[in-house]
Amino acid sequence: MMKTGRLRLVEENAIEAQSIVKAFGQGKSALLALDDVSVSIRKGEFFTLLGPSGCGKTTLLRLMAGFEMPTAGTIRLDGQDVTYLPPNRRPVNTVFQSYALFPHLTVRENIGFSLKMQGRAKAEIAECTDRMLALVKMEDLAERKTAQLSGGQQQRVALARALAPQPKVLLLDEPLSALDLKLRKEMQIELKRLQKETGITFVFVTHDQEEALTMSDRIAVMNAGRLQQVAAPREIYTAPVNRFVASFIGETNFLNVTPAPGGFRLGNGEIVTAEGSGGVLTVRPEQVRIVSAEGAALTGTVDSLVYFGTDMHCHVRLGDGEALTVRLPLPPCGEAGVSPGDRVGIAFQPGATRLIEA
Amino acid sequence: MSKAEQRHRRRSARNGWLLSMPALVMLGFAASGPLLIVLVYSFLQKGDYGNVVWEFSPDGWIGILFTRDIFDGTLGLADAHLTIFWRSVSLSLMTTVITFALGFPTAWFIATRPASERAAWLFLVTIPFWTNLLIRTFAIGEILRTEGLVNTLLLWLGVINAPVQLLYNDNAVLVGMAYVYLPLMVLPLFAAIERFDMRLLEAAYDLYASRMQVLLHVILPIVKPGIVAGSILVFVPSLGAYVTPRILGGGKNMMIGNFIELQFGQGRNWPLGAALSMTLLLIVVVALLFYVRAVNRAGSGHGHG
Repeated sequence: MMKTGRLRLVEENAIEAQSIVKAFGQGKSALLALDDVSVSIRKGEFFTLLGPSGCGKTTLLRLMAGFEMPTAGTIRLDGQDVTYLPPNRRPVNTVFQSYALFPHLTVRENIGFSLKMQGRAKAEIAECTDRMLALVKMEDLAERKTAQLSGGQQQRVALARALAPQPKVLLLDEPLSALDLKLRKEMQIELKRLQKETGITFVFVTHDQEEALTMSDRIAVMNAGRLQQVAAPREIYTAPVNRFVASFIGETNFLNVTPAPGGFRLGNGEIVTAEGSGGVLTVRPEQVRIVSAEGAALTGTVDSLVYFGTDMHCHVRLGDGEALTVRLPLPPCGEAGVSPGDRVGIAFQPGATRLIEA
Repeated sequence: MSKAEQRHRRRSARNGWLLSMPALVMLGFAASGPLLIVLVYSFLQKGDYGNVVWEFSPDGWIGILFTRDIFDGTLGLADAHLTIFWRSVSLSLMTTVITFALGFPTAWFIATRPASERAAWLFLVTIPFWTNLLIRTFAIGEILRTEGLVNTLLLWLGVINAPVQLLYNDNAVLVGMAYVYLPLMVLPLFAAIERFDMRLLEAAYDLYASRMQVLLHVILPIVKPGIVAGSILVFVPSLGAYVTPRILGGGKNMMIGNFIELQFGQGRNWPLGAALSMTLLLIVVVALLFYVRAVNRAGSGHGHG
């Protein structure tokens, strides 16, 4: 079935931000929170905005929710311009970092709040609220006041409350940051399940790169108000477009190289081959192996070892003074077989090296 | 429990009582004592020149609602008394409503200023307390009187041709009481609004509430303890107001406070005055019970109160 480009766009994208600029304050003291950001989020996608604090990810989310108006640019929801629509007229709901549950209402009343505001019939509200309570497994606590709930339970109520009116897009503003590690892992799985069951588009804001990698269909990495890279987790990790993305997502070794016949020349003179272009060679610590110094093209001295339980981080100083981190898998005895001061050889896994711009 | 421990407990309990003696003495003599005297006086017979005759008589309490006919001694409903009661309650309720209508936006404004500015704004609200109530009330009278500020202004603007009688009626009393008691409404409202989590506003807007719905379904229910506290703080003293109705109401438009004063003064009916005082107290107690219940209900969800 053929459709025009415009219509196809309307069907595919749940929410689109186009050339968004957001400045706080005016004149010279103005702070540019978002600097020409364009991003399209597909329907049914688990989309993550990832970046350090102050990178503009929360501002972008608030623009989508309608709590802020952009200085320039447009936001389209399902193809419709909603840039200046107030939050109560956008079919978009938010799960707040602080949950922002209504303290004077019970769990059930919190979840049914939006439906009541929309003037739905009592029976419909009750039916929908029951469904949401079952979805987040909170049936037993329906009549409790929210102050009596644990952090994880409040989180579930916040999710159910935001999902109850069946928004086109659910916005989640660092919803897991207040939970402890174990609960956070549980809620990550729970969130994925909810997203699959409801089929609603999720836009998830986090500064936790691991969270982003495990949960997202696509990730937008942001820094200093600018979009750095938008791609699937695997691509973000294996093919970062610049130094910021490479260093923010996981750990990376950066080595300066110069172009040479047959590849690129490292500081010690060795020639390596790598994909991409630019003057910096990146290689992930787990893609580096320690080999015998005899006959190795690249050698160095072990500086220090850091035990991580699952593996060992071995910091190696290369001949030319550059440092390199190697992640060593550990045998059952937990001994890495190297110790500080050892002279070791370094080898890269085939295809693990990649060039980026300095 | 060991003996030493028991002894220690007994001693700390005894010390506790000793330490609270000053408060207990104050409560016993300064609060309950006079109240007891008033209660006893309300059941005595009135003396011919004021004071009381030490003989039991229910006349004081009967006199609250009924008058004895001078000629045949039959009891009839005292319309004048009922009018005074009704005026007192309705003026106090209206004062409460007016102070709330003016006080809520004021308190909201102050509570939403930057934390460093709030103290200064609160200070401004409390400034009128520095001046004697009598002087402030006369000042209001000065504004309202026939040659006063309001009339002069209205004449100058051409709104009216001749001065309007603004003083010595219920409206003047209302203006005066609303002015005097406004800070008592603003302060508890401010305390409640300051505790209000403004992030809930965004949550409510996000969940499709209109501005009016946010006010009715989120803000007002959550700051309700402050509203009730402010209302009680305004309603109770309004009900017993004496100076304001006396000066701005011009003697004719009496409230309970003036009526009680009348019984102890020209009326020379101390038992009736005492019974009226107790009635006033009862009304206040009922209002306070209502307050405690309302706060408990609203507070149960917050984990305190």
